[in-house]
Parts: sequence; C-alpha cells; structure tokens
Amino acid sequence: MKRRAIGVYAATILIIYFAWYALSLMLGSNILPDPFRVFIRGFEEIATTAFWVHVEASLLRLLAALFFAFILAVPAGLVLGSNERLDGLFAPLIYLGYPIPKVVLMPVIFVLFGLGDLGKVVLITMIIFFQLLITTRDSARKIDREITYSLRSLGGGRLDYFFHVVWPVSLPGIFTSLRIGVGTAVAVLFLVESIATSEGLGFYIIDSWGRAEYATMFVGIIALSIIGIVMYEIFELLERKFCKWKSL
Amino acid sequence: MGTSGKFLAIEGLGKTFQNENDSKTVLEGVDLELAFRDCLAIVGPSGCGKTTLLLAIAGLIPPTAGAITFRDGPLAAPERRIALVLQHYGLFPWKTVGANIALGARLQHIDVPEKRLRSVKRELDIEGLDHLYPAQLSGGQRQRVALARALLLNPLLLLLDEPFAAIDTVTRERLQNNLLDVFAQRRFSFIIVTHNIEEAVFLGRRIVVLDGNNRGIKTIMDNPGMGDPQYRNDPVFFERTTELRGILEGLE
Ligand SMILES: Nc1ncnc2c1ncn2[C@@H]1O[C@H](COP(=O)(O)OP(=O)(O)OP(=O)(O)O)[C@@H](O)[C@H]1O
Ligand SMILES: [Mg+2]
Repeated sequence: MKRRAIGVYAATILIIYFAWYALSLMLGSNILPDPFRVFIRGFEEIATTAFWVHVEASLLRLLAALFFAFILAVPAGLVLGSNERLDGLFAPLIYLGYPIPKVVLMPVIFVLFGLGDLGKVVLITMIIFFQLLITTRDSARKIDREITYSLRSLGGGRLDYFFHVVWPVSLPGIFTSLRIGVGTAVAVLFLVESIATSEGLGFYIIDSWGRAEYATMFVGIIALSIIGIVMYEIFELLERKFCKWKSL
Repeated sequence: MGTSGKFLAIEGLGKTFQNENDSKTVLEGVDLELAFRDCLAIVGPSGCGKTTLLLAIAGLIPPTAGAITFRDGPLAAPERRIALVLQHYGLFPWKTVGANIALGARLQHIDVPEKRLRSVKRELDIEGLDHLYPAQLSGGQRQRVALARALLLNPLLLLLDEPFAAIDTVTRERLQNNLLDVFAQRRFSFIIVTHNIEEAVFLGRRIVVLDGNNRGIKTIMDNPGMGDPQYRNDPVFFERTTELRGILEGLE
C-alpha cells in the first residue's frame, strides 16, 4: 500500500471513531457502547482461544466458498466467453438464474446439504459463482480479432489461446469480481452463521446480542469487517501485481 | 521447395463474407504467383480486400473459392514458415516486449540461440526494451518488436500489413531501408500491403493493384529497379510512382 493510501485509511478510521463516540453519547451506551469500551473488550477477547475458534470457523467457510466459486466459475466463464455456440446455449439459463436472489434458496440448500459447514459453504459459493461467472464470461468475450489472428499465426493452438489470451484478458475482471464477491460473501456468511451453529463470528455476534453484551457484539462486527477488508485488499494487491499492463 | 518450383501460387481466389442476412464478396478470381526471394507490394483503395488477401495467405481465413499452394502443398491453416505482421502489430498488451518477441518461438518449440536473439534486436534497434509493455513503446518501436518476433521464426515468407502506416516519414524511410537490408541478408520472400505509393514502389519488385469495385486484380506493375536503397532518388522511381498514382486515381 502507498503511504497516501495508509493516510487515507488512518483518517477514515479516526473519523469513524469520533462519529461513533458522538453517536454513543447521544444514544446512550446501553444501545451503542462507546468505542473505547469496545476497544478494551476487543483486547480481552483476542487473548482467549474461544474467540479465535470463531475467527477460524468464519475464515475457513469464506475461503472454501471463494475457492470453490473460483474453480467452478472461472473456467466455465472462460469457455463460455470464447465459444459462441456454448455461450448461446447457456445464456438463457444464466440470464434467468442471475437475478434470482440465491439467499432465498437457503432452506432448500440446507435440506439438500445439511445445516453444517457443507450447506453453509454451498450457499455462499452459489452466490459468488454467478457474479464471477458473468464477469469472467463478459471479459473473455471482448477479445480483439487481431489478437486471435496474431496468436494463431504464431503457431498457437486452442489451448495456447486459453493460456496466452483468454486467461490474461479476463484476469483483471476476475479480480474485480472477487473483490465485489468478498463483500457479498461476508454478508451471506453472517446470515448462515446465525443459524444452527455455535462457531463463527456470525454466531458470536448474534450470541452476544442475545446476552445483551453490546461491547462484545461490536468486537464481532469489527472482526468480521476486518476479514472482509483484508481479503479485499489482498485481491487488489494481486490484481496490481499480475495485471500491471492494465494500468499503463 | 518442391520440384516444380512454385513457391506461392494463388489460383482463382475468392472470399465472400457471410453474415446472417447479407453476404459480401470482397475478392473474386485472384491469380497470383510469387517466387522464393521475390517481393510483392499490394496496393488498392481502402476496403478493397488487401488485409483479407493477406490473411488468406497466412492461412487465417478460409477462402470461399480457389486455392492457395505454398511450396507445392495446399495451404489451409497457418504455416510454420509463413510469418505475419498485422496492421495493428498484434502484440499482446499483457506480455512484456521480451515475452512478446519470444512467443512465436515458444509456441512452436523453436530454440532461439541467445546470440541470434541479440543480433535481431540490435538489427532492429530494440535492445533494452525487454521489460517494458507494448503500451510503453512508441509506434515505431512496436512495429519493430512485431517484425523481430516474425523474423525470429525464420520465415520463408513474410507478410506485412501496412507495417509503417502509423509512423512519421523519416522513421518510416529508415524502417523501409531496414527491411530492405534484412531482405538482402536473409533468404525469404515478402508481401507488403500498403496504401502509400512511394512505399509500394520502393519495396515491391511487382506491385499488385487491387480493384475495389471489381474485387479482383486491376493490374500488376513490374518494378525491376527496386532493391537499391538509392532508388528513391532515381528518375525511374518517379516515373513509377507517377504511373502508379495514375492507376490508383483511375480507380476512385
Ligand atoms: N470478418 C469479416 N466479416 C465481414 N466483412 C468483413 C470481414 N473482414 C473484412 N470484411 C469486409 O471486407 C472488406 C475488405 O476488408 P479488408 O480489411 O480486407 O480491406 P483493406 O483493403 O485491408 O482496407 P484498409 O486499407 O482500410 O485496411 C471490407 O469492406 C470489410 O468490411
Ligand atoms: Mg487492411
């Protein structure tokens, strides 16, 4: 990260801190605990192993879902984007499937895959899958005819076309979509972790809420946010490293 | 080369582009021959099918009529020994210059000795650009990178589509001289598509004029004086350019 970006981040955090403080004074600390108390609570919590069990559970579910969405959606998107016939065949299905809010399928998924980790991961995977599939397909579609000629005249075959053209052309779009996907994934993670589990930050938040431990609840909220932010930044970093040509 | 000695032969070539609701015939009945170590310039009004003809010779678009033979074999797909420099250079923006230059050899599993790589880069004055991306190069540098990539494949036939079009006059003439040098030193034929009259006369031993309206060859002009770097100052050069200009103006 550049020094400027760090400065902006620090300033934003400070502003949030003071806005939060002001709000907690207005609303009373029963509804919104003041940030300093949350801070202290946070330090107490990270010293316990129980807290890290929740972090680990959430992190694993998130990573598993991102991983499966990636290995399913990216190859499919690359193939569809570079093959007009298949694209035409599947376009209606994707067109109809994309706008359906997959979250509402939660009960069905849970019946099919169980309430455990599998069902939870499947639901998150499904939601990121469509976003990732569509962005990948659309970026693979935008390939210049001259580039195709160029590769073929250099002796490249079908497989070379994938590795030297389709994949690099689509990579920036894939990273963008993963970044957006992280936001969605964290939201859905919270939802699925509020049901039928005793591990994960979603459970941790809901549980503290139920016990009216607001400071602890906010520790959970902040932890979940940090996970989202860090993942977002990692994808941005990867994009900058592997798609340098895009920003020239 | 085969026994009958035909290096490149194009017979009755036609190309019709077929869309959903209309079709467009771009080339029709094109006959053309090219000997090894010979060179040809193709000129004609914009949209007359110059690029189409070149791409067909590169084995990239299948003709709808006629046939192309290369070294006595039918040409239906890209050939190892035919290299192409596209109108917009066909460089891969996501690959560095070094990777772009090496790509052809890499795809064809050709081992290019380091020495040869360096000498081609020196010849074309593109040393020290390896780590840059195409977007960071000037038009002239991009053109030479594309040319280097093609030359490294040791082509017997080099196809160039308006290679110097986007380049200022002085650099353009230097690059034309450059191409002439390389042509004198290595053993290959080339076909250059251009819309520049001087360039056609400077670089084509024969100049093929494509006719936009009749979709075929209007005329083929002989230009035996070509090949000498001093040709530009020769009175014959002016005669030829004037003649060619007349033919092209007659097409409008
Ligand atoms: N893939 C294609 N599908 C349909 N029409 C095409 C296709 N490629 C070329 N054409 C048409 O064929 C005609 C000739 O195109 P071509 O690119 O060969 O012209 P050109 O002589 O190279 O022109 P320029 O000097 O502008 O480069 C044009 O009218 C073009 O619209
Ligand atoms: Mg053209």
